[in-house]
Amino acid sequence: MDGSPGISRRQLLVPATAVALSLALTACGGSTSPSSGVDKNGVVTISVNGMPAKTQPVDRKNFLEDVKAFEKSHPKIRIDAREGQMDPKTFAAKLAGGQLEDVYYVYFTDPAGLIQRRQAADISKYIGDVPYAEDIDPALLKVFKDADGKTYGLPTGNYSLGLLYNRALFEKAGLDPDKPPATWEEVRTAAKRISALGNGTVGYADYSKNNQGGWHLTSWIYSMGGDVATRQNGSWKAAFDSEAGHQALQALHDMRWTDNSMGTRQLLEIADVQKMMGSGKLGMYMAGPDNIPTIVKQFERGYEDYGLAALPGTATLGGGDGFMFNPKASPEKIRAGLTWVQWKYLRSPEREAVDSKRAKRDGVPIGLPQPRLFAGDTQAEIDRIHARYANTPVGNYRPFVERNAQVATKVEPPNAQQLYTILDGVMQSVLTKKDADIDTLLKDAAKKADAVLATVK
Amino acid sequence: MPVPPLGSRLRRTVRENLVAYLFLAAGVICFALFSWYPIVRGALLGFQQVTFAQPAQWVGLDNFHRLFDDPLFLTAWKNTGYFTLLALVFGFAAPFATAVVLNELRHGRSYLRMTVYLPVMLPPIVTMLLWRWFYDPGPGLFNHVLGVLHLPAQQWLESENLAMVSLVLVSTWANMGTTTLIYLAALGGIPGELYEAAELDGASIRQRLWHVTVPQMRFILMITLLLQIIGTMQVFVEPFVLTGGGPDDATVTVLLLLYRYAFVYNDFGMASAMSTLLFVVLGLFAGVYLRLTRTKG
Repeated sequence: MDGSPGISRRQLLVPATAVALSLALTACGGSTSPSSGVDKNGVVTISVNGMPAKTQPVDRKNFLEDVKAFEKSHPKIRIDAREGQMDPKTFAAKLAGGQLEDVYYVYFTDPAGLIQRRQAADISKYIGDVPYAEDIDPALLKVFKDADGKTYGLPTGNYSLGLLYNRALFEKAGLDPDKPPATWEEVRTAAKRISALGNGTVGYADYSKNNQGGWHLTSWIYSMGGDVATRQNGSWKAAFDSEAGHQALQALHDMRWTDNSMGTRQLLEIADVQKMMGSGKLGMYMAGPDNIPTIVKQFERGYEDYGLAALPGTATLGGGDGFMFNPKASPEKIRAGLTWVQWKYLRSPEREAVDSKRAKRDGVPIGLPQPRLFAGDTQAEIDRIHARYANTPVGNYRPFVERNAQVATKVEPPNAQQLYTILDGVMQSVLTKKDADIDTLLKDAAKKADAVLATVK
Repeated sequence: MPVPPLGSRLRRTVRENLVAYLFLAAGVICFALFSWYPIVRGALLGFQQVTFAQPAQWVGLDNFHRLFDDPLFLTAWKNTGYFTLLALVFGFAAPFATAVVLNELRHGRSYLRMTVYLPVMLPPIVTMLLWRWFYDPGPGLFNHVLGVLHLPAQQWLESENLAMVSLVLVSTWANMGTTTLIYLAALGGIPGELYEAAELDGASIRQRLWHVTVPQMRFILMITLLLQIIGTMQVFVEPFVLTGGGPDDATVTVLLLLYRYAFVYNDFGMASAMSTLLFVVLGLFAGVYLRLTRTKG
């Protein structure tokens, strides 16, 4: 029966289906035995995800072309390509049901938990054979390592949060788009001037919903010189009830309530803010370079419309993505999977040149300041190739490139998602309550965070 | 006449009803596989630590202890209770009143019936996006109307005091169509003589409603009330899409917290422990429902 508020079954549909599906799959497929995946001709077939959806025809075509080219150059490996990336809603069900791909996509927030729960294979003994593996930026590779130094995956993308801004609105507000704000005080001033344009224009927007508020507040606190969690005598403690935490929240509070430069609608998440930026109603928001192509594609804007600056302050939050391996995958599959990940994503400079040429032809963006996966000479060579084939206005990203080196990139705290849930509440209070008591908010949140951090092993 | 032995009687009964048993077996197997087994398995998961990569480990009541230690646990139950209460205030009265009014109409009844039912046909996500625009504190419909009436704009979803009320309004609007139709059907079943007799006795509209309609609909009202409590305690889509549980955890509900445990923190043990508790609470209401329907039957 369906009826007034609650009688509706559809309200329950999403979580109930997901939980039931997970449980049913657990029941049905938990005992899938591992197979080497090698046929009688010595050909190993590996399932991989990360194939772009049909709604991205160019990216999908290029991906499938790559699969074909890879199989041609590696006749003993067959790729069973599947759509989708990391989806926490289906991950456990797929793993339980034996349906998880041999090589699966993850965000930097995932590896620590996956390693702790033994949901990824240890690839330490195979990684020495991977070309260019030794050139990968050690800071990025560290995300995929456990406390004993064992490796469980490879990074294939990275970002650090900066300040994405609308160049046209800067000009309209009498600001120089080539000299974007470099301090939070300048951000505040610029936001005020952009908001003063009226007609629903918002100077600066930030997230506060679905753990994204906590994610950005972490970056705010880093930028003010603080930390979200620190290790003391072997155990983790919340560290955001600090001068930096206070400053970050005060800045947000002042922009929201004193300057009225953050608009009236809050409880925003990434899609809302990208929409505001895409519709030309937003001056600035905290974002990594990967946001630019998303907005350009989704809202049919031009790359020249946007500029990117490094985050004000001393540090920013960095993240990224990569691939890990099914804990039930055979050694043959892991070796083949590593070969694929290296060939497709950690490209040699020669392949990077071929790929960049094709990307330029197809209008896939080249010239964004990140990802930078390698350290030293290999990255320098790749940067030269990108500069040669750039099809985006690289000058617009100069404020990011030039100052970003002075801004330390810090990784996400342990038990990040749980902490972000707690910090979401803090962010929401400051952005929705004019009389929010910042001291009490930080104190209460720190108490909750300490309980969450006590479980970190 | 000699009575045949039990074995042969049983065989004969089975033989005569074989087709019926086969149909029954299909249903039982389907229920067992897709309904009962996941429920039992889910309850067991509440006492286990599960990673799905390794065999599950029994942890006793550990998940429940951790659950009780979570400061959001109590908040979620309180919020859910508050939502249920508000839903009863808005959502229980609204469809009944609408049904009574529709029943009294002489013209345009079918058109209005369809109009009332229309929101039920909208996909939930469309409903949520539509209402997000209604509630938008800037260019939103509601604040626009308030502006025209020279009333102050409201922070519908951003205010701790208003957020839950706003969610209940969405839910009521989206779901009241079906209950209204049920009430309309029940109203149609009330014998006309009762009203005629009441009119002859000089009863006013209010008295007819109170002394004829309500007593005649008492059973159906009780059933929908129970079903509504069971349904509203499972509120998820509204806070998930519109507020994410905010502001400041004011709209975190039991199911939203359960979702976070399972799909954000990947802790299926905690999620299952939470769903077991919810199951027990809803089971109590379901028990009352069954008892009521059985009594009536």
